[in-house]
Amino acid sequence: MSPMPYYVSPEQMMKDRADYARKGIARGKSIVSVECEPGILIVAENPSETLHKISEIYDRIAFAAVGKYNEFENFRIAGVRLADLRGYSYSREDVSAKAVANAYAQALGTIFTQEMKPFEIEILVAQVGETPENDEMYRVLYDGSLQDEQGVVAMGGHADALMQSLSDGYQPGLGLAAALRLGGQALAAADPERPLRAQVLEVALLDRARPRRAFRRLSDAEVEEILQGGS
Amino acid sequence: MTQGPFDVSPDWARAAFSPDPNPSFADLVRRLDPGMLPRSDPSTALSLPHGTTILALRFADGIVMAGDRRATVGMSIEDRRMEKVFPADDYSAVAIAGTAGPAIDIVRLLQVELEHYEKLEGDRLSLEGKANRLAQMIKQNFPLALQGLVVVPLFGGFDLRRAEGRIFRYDAVGGRYEDIDYHATGSGGIHAKASLKKSYRKDLARDGAVRAAVEALVDASDEDAATGGPDLERNIFPIVALVTKDGYEVVPDVELRVVVETILTERGRT
Repeated sequence: MSPMPYYVSPEQMMKDRADYARKGIARGKSIVSVECEPGILIVAENPSETLHKISEIYDRIAFAAVGKYNEFENFRIAGVRLADLRGYSYSREDVSAKAVANAYAQALGTIFTQEMKPFEIEILVAQVGETPENDEMYRVLYDGSLQDEQGVVAMGGHADALMQSLSDGYQPGLGLAAALRLGGQALAAADPERPLRAQVLEVALLDRARPRRAFRRLSDAEVEEILQGGS
Repeated sequence: MTQGPFDVSPDWARAAFSPDPNPSFADLVRRLDPGMLPRSDPSTALSLPHGTTILALRFADGIVMAGDRRATVGMSIEDRRMEKVFPADDYSAVAIAGTAGPAIDIVRLLQVELEHYEKLEGDRLSLEGKANRLAQMIKQNFPLALQGLVVVPLFGGFDLRRAEGRIFRYDAVGGRYEDIDYHATGSGGIHAKASLKKSYRKDLARDGAVRAAVEALVDASDEDAATGGPDLERNIFPIVALVTKDGYEVVPDVELRVVVETILTERGRT
């Protein structure tokens, strides 16, 4: 006597999956990204020194993700592989954040509809341009939707509150210190129980001025100095 | 898991998202499309452009790697400004002699290979790891690499763990040997090496090492028709690169001009 299978409408099923993924992402730590004068600054809450949430994909392209590490790590590797394949078979200039973001969107969309459990991750693919107007940021959601973002992005837990405080303080053309303070203070304000210290932040800059590989991590000491200088 | 319309090839996307832990880019390409890898047919090698003389030496702060600028096809000069010395990554350099096309391809593959590893693993390969990787790439891609005609590279760099410069040479079947002082190869290599033997000292500083390298290339070009000497009229100088704890750096032409003029004056040739 097996029980009767229940009918679940597709709408309900998608909603359940989306709720599941959203809850998972909201429980996690957050990432903010700020377009500024020296490039694109990405700040993550991340106490680990070795398990990175922000990393380099290609010369001008960075990756940042929130959610489950094992799920987004595979995407990071895929991004590096796709970018290097493209650059090797065409030319280094032909590698774009958009192509990487598209591949992510396709893969996440497929997982969302076909796998038992959706991935609880959101990914940011950022590409620094020669001028701030040419900066690009793409945000890929758990269901594969792809958003083109400008100025500031917040992902992860408290994303709405973060976005609010980022938008309030943001203006185009911020310097590095101002952008870092904006991002750091937004993260601190969103969750008052977690003190804001350089040790719990992972900070990287896609540095517009660097000749080829723009990606650069900021050390704890560098971050601490900028944050202290601001208060 | 990934099907559907990609703006990259679906094969690439599938391979990219596969949970394969191998951090090698060359292996990834070999699985996907071996046609993209450098190859060479030795039977045609003689009719293709050849790079000629390259050398490397250690000095107090790291290594110097240098090459002349000439490429030849048989008895003709094919190129006066060919570059044979390249950065492999921030802390290593590779120089090539032999059939120019596949040699340049393997440099390009090596550059992507090292950067790919660095990005995936979050750390650079050790210098010895890089040298071994190059040996494997020569073995895999030039199975018939014969008698030094195909690709004969020199590899070297600054070993961050040991805090010293190291150089490696290869034979045509991918054998790898470490040189503790200097080495030169290519058509004029024997003359360059003889020159280095006279000028080399363990305690050479930067300027002395640059001069030894340039002098060896001048000597090689004096004896070997396929090696191009410094050309003051056309403003063509050898490529001389340094790898130290501060990374890869190319010695600027203005500095080389002074070195070349000094050498020629001393020899009574100007």
